Amino acid sequence: MFDVAGIAVEIGQALLSLALAPALVGFIRWLKARMQNRRGAPIWQPYAELRKLFRKDMVVSRQASWVFHLAPFVIFGSTIVVSLLVPVLVTPLPFNAVADLFAVVYLLLLGTAFLALAGLDTGSAFGGMGSSREMTIAAISEPAIALAILSLALAAGSTNLGEIAARTIARPSSALSPGHVMAFVALFIVMLAETGRLPVDNPATHLELTMIHEAMILEYSGPYLALVEWASWLKLFVFAMLAGNLFVPWGLATSLAPAALAVAFATTLVKLVVIAAGVAVLETRVAKLRLFRVPELLAVSFVLGLLAVASSFSLR
Amino acid sequence: MNPTALEPLFWAMCGGFAIAASGALAPAPRVARAVTAIGSVAGAAAGLWLACLVLAGAGTVSIAMPSVLAAAGGLSFHLDRLGAVFLAVIGGVTIPVAIYGFGYTGGYGRRYSMRWMSLQTGAFLLSMSLVVSAANVLTFLLAWELMAVASWLLVITEHDRPDAVRGGLWYLAMTHMGLLALLAAFFLLGGDQAGAWPFDALRDGAARLSPGTRNAIFLLALLGFGSKAGLVPVHVWLPRAHPAAPSHVSALMSAVMVKLGIYGLLRVALDLLGGGPAWWGVLLVAAGAVTALTGVLYALVDDDLKRLLAYSTVENVGLIVLGTGAGFLFLSLAQPTAAALAFAAALLHVVNHAAFKGVLFLGAGAVLHATGERDINRLGGLVKRTPWTAATFLVGALSIAALPPFNGFVSEWLLFQSFLPGVASSRASVAVLLTLGVGALALTGGLAAATFVKAFGISFLAMPRSPEAANAHEAGWAMRAGMVMLALACPALAILTVPVLSAIGGALGGVGGLPASSTTFSLGVILETPHGLARMSPVAIMAVLAAAGTGVWLAMRLVSRGSRRIDDTWGCGRIGQTSRMEYTSTAFAEPLRRIFGELYRPTDDLTVTEQPGSPYHIQAISYRTELHPWFERGIYDPLVRATQAAASRVRALQSGSVNAYLAYIVLVLVVLLGMVIGF
Repeated sequence: MFDVAGIAVEIGQALLSLALAPALVGFIRWLKARMQNRRGAPIWQPYAELRKLFRKDMVVSRQASWVFHLAPFVIFGSTIVVSLLVPVLVTPLPFNAVADLFAVVYLLLLGTAFLALAGLDTGSAFGGMGSSREMTIAAISEPAIALAILSLALAAGSTNLGEIAARTIARPSSALSPGHVMAFVALFIVMLAETGRLPVDNPATHLELTMIHEAMILEYSGPYLALVEWASWLKLFVFAMLAGNLFVPWGLATSLAPAALAVAFATTLVKLVVIAAGVAVLETRVAKLRLFRVPELLAVSFVLGLLAVASSFSLR
Repeated sequence: MNPTALEPLFWAMCGGFAIAASGALAPAPRVARAVTAIGSVAGAAAGLWLACLVLAGAGTVSIAMPSVLAAAGGLSFHLDRLGAVFLAVIGGVTIPVAIYGFGYTGGYGRRYSMRWMSLQTGAFLLSMSLVVSAANVLTFLLAWELMAVASWLLVITEHDRPDAVRGGLWYLAMTHMGLLALLAAFFLLGGDQAGAWPFDALRDGAARLSPGTRNAIFLLALLGFGSKAGLVPVHVWLPRAHPAAPSHVSALMSAVMVKLGIYGLLRVALDLLGGGPAWWGVLLVAAGAVTALTGVLYALVDDDLKRLLAYSTVENVGLIVLGTGAGFLFLSLAQPTAAALAFAAALLHVVNHAAFKGVLFLGAGAVLHATGERDINRLGGLVKRTPWTAATFLVGALSIAALPPFNGFVSEWLLFQSFLPGVASSRASVAVLLTLGVGALALTGGLAAATFVKAFGISFLAMPRSPEAANAHEAGWAMRAGMVMLALACPALAILTVPVLSAIGGALGGVGGLPASSTTFSLGVILETPHGLARMSPVAIMAVLAAAGTGVWLAMRLVSRGSRRIDDTWGCGRIGQTSRMEYTSTAFAEPLRRIFGELYRPTDDLTVTEQPGSPYHIQAISYRTELHPWFERGIYDPLVRATQAAASRVRALQSGSVNAYLAYIVLVLVVLLGMVIGF
């Protein structure tokens, strides 16, 4: 009953996510730079940033309360829990018994809420602005996520992550069904909104009036900033894995055999590169949307989710 | 256990609440407060214990008192498991609220009559407990009306404040409109049966009623109970009356009393009528979705902390009705297992909402007590001056925003899961309806998260926005104890989800065509829905989350060697930070208010005075905004006008002349005698 090897792989998988998340962001930045005819920082630049931040002193606002000190740990902790649940290499692992997609969404929302509270805590106008906008986007992206989940759940007959992946592995053709593709696009749009990418938020901006994520974390410095940034990179990684391993779970290992794990690692890297390239191309091609145009984008995602549900209904 | 052994507990409960009411005879306000608190706690503890025993299967309590009000058929009580779920909620919330109330009413004795308040509190608690244990229509309606009047009197406790009196008037009008609907429903249900219409006889008789009558009963019951629960559009009294009441009474009303509307709906539509056609469920799902979204949208933009909480109660009642509607829908589609899950999710949310709405209202009361302010835009920085209130409020806020690892998340998750079998249904109309239901549920959840980040973040964090907030004081021991108890209930209910759910499943077993087996949920740490579609473990999530957070904290202590410096918040180089630079509650909600502007239709007034000679230099800006729910104007303004017009017509009769009044009396007597002779 108590599967030690499974749990070891599970924890190893989460550590792998932690280790790869900065590289994913570094790769997206590098690719963007190349496409914009810049040389760009090396892919491992985010690791150097983390190393630097963890060693630095910290400046904490006079107004900050314990909420400000608690938030980095809640944000980082909840993202780690999510990375334990999401299949990266192997499925199903022991935690899959409780790996539910709605739970994943709400765990990520917990981190978002705490980041927003931390943004408000220092009394800075920027922090408040970022929090307000972040919660706005989080609130209106919820229905889109729910419908994307619903369409996946309908096809698989479950909201359990392992079951969804297992079902698509068992019936590879279903990955190309129209409902599946629409649900993928819906989730991809939500991923851009939730992880603060263009066209919703610009991860490279420090212009006061356009910041969302950057505005909230403005008062964090040193190790806290490292935690918050790492958690946001991990969130992007988790979404990439959800998109990659739920919609196209091919290559995912179903046993703990070393050969299967090696194949899974290789395919996972390929999927990450493809998704990162998609994000990078998109970010060089589109401009940031005005905040009040974002609901339209998310409405598109919602309608795609609805169509995905309808199509999985009509094709049954 | 022998059922008769439960009877003394029932009497102990009534006795406790009677002691609470006997504070009316106390010589001094302080004694009245103490007597009320002790009596309420004792009665509530007996009630909670009784409810737990009944839920654990120790039998039911039946007490008949045919000699009381014999002419009308006599009183009769029967506490079954369905009633026990609600009795447990009443007892569980009353204990901390009564302790809190002892501290909160400390300043009331100087301005208001504590003796009256004792009487009203005792009557309110007793009547709520009797509503859920009534066994015939007479008892039910008497308890129901006593509950309405007692709570109305409590709402207008602070009778020198105009908003309290106006809110009370709205409440009084709406609750009696509801009572009228209930009377009509029960008259249709009882028909020509004799006596006090015991529920057992009504249940047997209901099967023989024509479909038209059953539909009429359902609609009337929905109107009557919906007005108590706060369904849109008959919710209008709730955001007016709940904030006006003393805060511990607000907590009781929001956390407990509105749920009795849900109880009534389940008792009549599910238990007595045994479910109905599919459109009942469709109507409830639609009403629930509209209620949830309306509630949360108005909670989001409200700047009054207590009114925000009242609107959030409307939202949560909407979620509960959404689940109930799905239950009725599945029942009509002959999917009893799915129906049981949906009803159980709704009832679990009833229990969970009682815990977090209780702690939130008590927290808002502590803020009001500490600052005299309910306007979020004048609060701020309280986390440093009132740490206990802040911490407990934060737990309540996270729970109500359905964030893990607290209890709100569990019931929201279960509501999502209970919709899945419907979305997978073979009927396209059902699938589309429930898909939209899931969308509404998700949007409500997201907006609730934004609402409560605002409610906690603006009220408690950053710098104080008024001198009152800057000089706030922490609540006394009694208030702190009440808040801590309810705050601890939020994680505790998440941990105990499985036993609570099996109790609820047992309570629903056999009611109105639901499967009799009480083992709808697999026991253990992992929560598995009966159709096997999903598994989740609140305990595991809580444990892993705590372990991960602590692990990261320890790791960071080991890795980082840097020092920590305290300095100003960055202000673009500007020196000196004031609270005027902070985001306000209105500003926080502004993006969402603009996105949903078509639904709000606010009135904005912006006046910009330019510097003479240069349009680029502004002398002054004044901005005023007002948000009044427009649909209320459409529905209620004509009603209010018509009532006032009718009242002024009737006024012509009231000349003030005694002779005229005597003439009326004679006239009525003659007419009555004529009727008697005529028949």
